[in-house]
Amino acid sequence: MIIEVKRLHFSYGHRPVLEDITLEVEKGEVVTLVGPNGSGKTTLLKCLNKILKPKKGTVLLMGKDVSKMNLKELARLSGYVPQNGVRTFPSTVFDIVLLGRRPYIDWRVSSRDKEIVAGLLRLMGLEEMALRDFNELSGGEKQKVLIARAFAQEPEILLLDEPTSNLDLKHQLEVMNLVSSTAKEKGVAAIISMHDLNLASRFSDKMVFLRERRIYAIGSPEEVLTPDNVRAVYGVEAVVNKDSGRPYIIPLEPLQASKAAAATKTA
Amino acid sequence: MATEAREIEFAEIKELYTRFTARKVVFILGSLGALVALSLYATTLGSARLGIGEVSSAVFARIFPFAGIETTSFADVVVWHLRLPRIAMGIVAGAGLAVSGAAMQGIMRNPLVSPFTIGVSSGAALGASLAIVLGFSLVGAEKAVVVTNAFLCALLTAFLVYGLARMRGVTGESLILAGIAVMYFASAATSLLQYLATEEELQAVVFWLFGSLTGATWENVLVVTVILFFCLPFLMRYSWDLNVMASGGDEVATSLGVNAARVRIITLIVATFITAGIICFTGIIGFVCLVAPHITRLLIGADHRFLFPCSCILGAILLVGADTVGRTVFSPVVIPVGIVLSFIGVPFFVFLLMTRRKEYF
Repeated sequence: MIIEVKRLHFSYGHRPVLEDITLEVEKGEVVTLVGPNGSGKTTLLKCLNKILKPKKGTVLLMGKDVSKMNLKELARLSGYVPQNGVRTFPSTVFDIVLLGRRPYIDWRVSSRDKEIVAGLLRLMGLEEMALRDFNELSGGEKQKVLIARAFAQEPEILLLDEPTSNLDLKHQLEVMNLVSSTAKEKGVAAIISMHDLNLASRFSDKMVFLRERRIYAIGSPEEVLTPDNVRAVYGVEAVVNKDSGRPYIIPLEPLQASKAAAATKTA
Repeated sequence: MATEAREIEFAEIKELYTRFTARKVVFILGSLGALVALSLYATTLGSARLGIGEVSSAVFARIFPFAGIETTSFADVVVWHLRLPRIAMGIVAGAGLAVSGAAMQGIMRNPLVSPFTIGVSSGAALGASLAIVLGFSLVGAEKAVVVTNAFLCALLTAFLVYGLARMRGVTGESLILAGIAVMYFASAATSLLQYLATEEELQAVVFWLFGSLTGATWENVLVVTVILFFCLPFLMRYSWDLNVMASGGDEVATSLGVNAARVRIITLIVATFITAGIICFTGIIGFVCLVAPHITRLLIGADHRFLFPCSCILGAILLVGADTVGRTVFSPVVIPVGIVLSFIGVPFFVFLLMTRRKEYF
């Protein structure tokens, strides 16, 4: 068990955002967090690496309590890719990825640091852009750079906040392939918040449906990507097909508010 | 075959970056050379005619006393008592102002922030005016009443602004807004003092506000040098942390192991301290703070490991250059350096902004 979340509660001031979250993630597992806007996906990710401090409950990373680790120690274990890259002062792609080595660098950049960064740029197909300004890149390229930065931390877990939401079809697949193959090859656990249920289904070992601050359903895509769950969590009528291996959904129409409430009760 | 081609490519990226870094080091050394040359040249200019050779031997005779360099006592007095204090002050003040501007812009990820936007200058101006017009002083050091008052009021104002911004969460915007509010208040108070002042006092206040290196002494230079000596290592030590903070928000910084809140407050205090320590001697010389870091970023990029030392050097070049122009073009009339700086610096900055392709804001 690489991550164990036990009875986690979080609130912004008096407004509760997460309640009673319990979750376990294995080495090499890809776990997606899905659920409507405001259901707490991003907040949960941020509770895992101390960006936010939970009100109650514990997060264990490789058996150690995250709240008792110092930031540098944690940064060597956990890589984080934020939702959208912010504008920066002009900075080269190489320099941005090199920041992922910050938890290991005192002052001098070692030859190994440079090799790791160069290797990652090649892995991502960004060799040509090594010395280009980060701000000039397209959305997909930026996302890859930020993922490379997280990989450069040589983490045991990767936390990605909606890594595919601004990307075109090809970049979505490329990014997800990179993440899942790294997870499998290096035994890194990846926890990814996501809106696209089909992409989630295709790449995850485990899907976590969040609804109104709580985990509503958790399991393999085959187990949890069902019309009932989609209706209860999203309030959307949908068909789920399983003819191409992983289940995929075709959303039909949103439920009326009253029906949605009824669906919630029966579920 | 295929793997071999890849290996070369791989080594190439690393090599490319190594060269990219080396170019920055070369640039920094080059600009350091330029600064030394400019300073020596500036020392030759003035009402007493001295050639570059005479100046150099006078300078180096004292720096290397056992090297047996010959100089005249006339050159020695002109160089070491009249001209060098002013030039040395230009160097340390330019360096300090530039580096504190670079640090502030980095921690706020905002190109408009400088120690001046958080009220250091308006506080210093108010403090100096209080001392000049009312003879009021926070501490009773008779001789240096203007200096100490300017220094303390600058610090007080900056912390007031920081405290106000903190209530809303410290961001570039909240700092700038709080800074503007406090700045207007302090300016109004300074204007009121000017209105009440006698003609003589008014002249002194206005002259102080222009910002000038006139009256720089070796003692002043020493004080600023000591401040820099203790503060610069602090900032340099945070280079990597500032790189992280400048390239992403606080959350990214946290995820990369940087305690953003702590780095921000310490950097803020250090930058404020440096700035207050300089302008209490020179008056309001603001432009270097904002523009030297920008020029440096345009030339060698935003990596703070290089940005800090290079900003220092370019800031020093800017200030010494501007002061030299100010005291020579309309000689014997000396134009205060604060004014000249804007006249030279602004067109240069606009030129860089227009011709460099890199995006900024």
